[in-house]
Amino acid sequence: MSMSKSMPETRSRSASGYAVLAEGVVKRYRVKGGAEKRALDGFDLAVRPGTVHGLLGPNGAGKTTAVRVLATLLRFDGGRAEVSGLDVGREPRRVRSRIGLTGQYAAVDEGLTGRQNLEMFGRLFHLGNRGARLRAGELLDRFDLVEAADRSAKEYSGGMRRRLDLASSMILSPDVLFLDEPTTGLDPRGRGEVWDAVRALVAGGTTVLLTTQYLDEADRLASHITVIDRGRAIADDTPDALKNRVGGDRIEVVAADGGDLAAVAKAVGRVAGGGLVLTDDTTRRVHAQVADRVAALTEVARSLQDDGIAVEDIGLRRPSLDDVFLRLTGHGADAHDLEQHQDAREVAAA
Amino acid sequence: MTTLEQNPAAGTPATTGAGRDHGLAYWAVSDCWNITRRTLTHYQRQPSAIVWQLGFPILSVLLYGYIFGSAMKVPGGGDYREFLMPGMFAMTMAMGFMNTAVAVVTDAGKGVVDRFRSMPMAPSAFASGRGAADLVVAAAELTILAVTALLIGWRAGGGVMAALGAFGLLLLLRFSLIWVGVWLGLLVPTPEAAGGLYAVAFPLTMISSTFVAPSLMPGWLGTVAAWNPISSTATATRELFGNPVAGGGTGVEEHALLMAVVWPVAITLVFLPLAVRRFRRLSR
Repeated sequence: MSMSKSMPETRSRSASGYAVLAEGVVKRYRVKGGAEKRALDGFDLAVRPGTVHGLLGPNGAGKTTAVRVLATLLRFDGGRAEVSGLDVGREPRRVRSRIGLTGQYAAVDEGLTGRQNLEMFGRLFHLGNRGARLRAGELLDRFDLVEAADRSAKEYSGGMRRRLDLASSMILSPDVLFLDEPTTGLDPRGRGEVWDAVRALVAGGTTVLLTTQYLDEADRLASHITVIDRGRAIADDTPDALKNRVGGDRIEVVAADGGDLAAVAKAVGRVAGGGLVLTDDTTRRVHAQVADRVAALTEVARSLQDDGIAVEDIGLRRPSLDDVFLRLTGHGADAHDLEQHQDAREVAAA
Repeated sequence: MTTLEQNPAAGTPATTGAGRDHGLAYWAVSDCWNITRRTLTHYQRQPSAIVWQLGFPILSVLLYGYIFGSAMKVPGGGDYREFLMPGMFAMTMAMGFMNTAVAVVTDAGKGVVDRFRSMPMAPSAFASGRGAADLVVAAAELTILAVTALLIGWRAGGGVMAALGAFGLLLLLRFSLIWVGVWLGLLVPTPEAAGGLYAVAFPLTMISSTFVAPSLMPGWLGTVAAWNPISSTATATRELFGNPVAGGGTGVEEHALLMAVVWPVAITLVFLPLAVRRFRRLSR
């Protein structure tokens, strides 16, 4: 134990060299009527130690199921999964002492204070009374909850509750931390607090597998992203490489007058090289993918000026992960989440 | 968050990997105790919760004892309030399963159950700890109810040992219903839905010998009431406390003491495996 402690950078390594590894994982559900649904259908995932790995996917794609399988909450029906070098199917109990889990709802006991929460979970992690007390003190300090420590968790803000939740999942200094939509429902300030906490954890050597419905969250935190759709990984790369895959930069023009949109679209069309020109009437936005960014920008600006069309804004932007989603899955990333909850309920009702 | 830079992933030596060398049985007991302690801390932090839980039976005691009491007849004679008290005790124990169910569904909904399941603790501890805490709370409820009863003139004339036996039977009923509560708590989707169980539970506790002797009810209803497990416990404790029994002469009423043991054992044999199965099913 003490040896592995002194070398935190090697703790998550397994024989495969990955902190989390899933190979062809299958998870079947029986839905009403006897039909079978594959929530995971040959799911692959490889997470390098000490990184934040984003798991993105549209509604009902299997993100939450994947996390629940890897965190030993759900048994799976096929394939192989390894967490921190341990086989998830064969040694769930040992896996449990190496992981932390923060689910979609902050799993804090509202009937207890922040400190009592951490001490209770510490005792249940078998630290003993004294050990649990010490660890609670450390974590309250690290997650900036010292002042609120002896107040009821019921009175905590969303961000504080999430930090307490994160602290509870960090009691055993896990090798791998699963974060399932950790900032859903938080205000921007709360999200920032959670992001800071996650970055600090990773700086300390923890590997994080993050599912999120916020693409900017994955963009900011994750060094690697797996896109999942219909229970299968359909892309796996760095955020930048994924964006490149969607195509190069896009030019974007916001017309000052909605009546000029057609003329703007025409000007943009000339540099789009036959590519799709998208027009959004409500935001008066016209955008298209371009090959040579600088030449395109110059030409569009000049032709609009020549035609005397006033623009509110003109610029180039990198494709967002939204674009990646649209391209890879054929549907957007909006209207997320609902089905994830439905999945959870299906499990409860099964 | 000034100290976040110092490797938050690593704990101090005192906080890592403690106590791995104990056996599974040790941790089953230890984890159970920690879950029990958690529930008791809830009450300690919010003692009013137990007062609210007792509000209904105490109010019922006063309403039935003083408002309807003079109009109520006990078959075979005897004071109605003396007859009522053991019934109230049994009913309070029976309604207790609602507290278990609501607590379990609340934990499940908040993800606390998932957290417990993702931790290396004994899987049995969640239910056993809940049950142990519920029994402690039930004992406290009985004490408060008994003191209230004594204040309005109820007396137990059957001797100390018999009285202890009666309280034992009451707690046995509560014990068996813990498993009904855990099972229901894992079955219903929300705490609100669990609250709706009151609508079912309340009539079920009324159709018993709690308030009125079954022999005074219409024939078929009286039969149902006589066979209600709550009636067996109520009648058995009436006998043990030396209170008016008002037995209807049917077999199940004549053997109330036996039935007050048989029923809880049967309920446990049915619902303990159901609750365990439900808990295991969370992994499916």
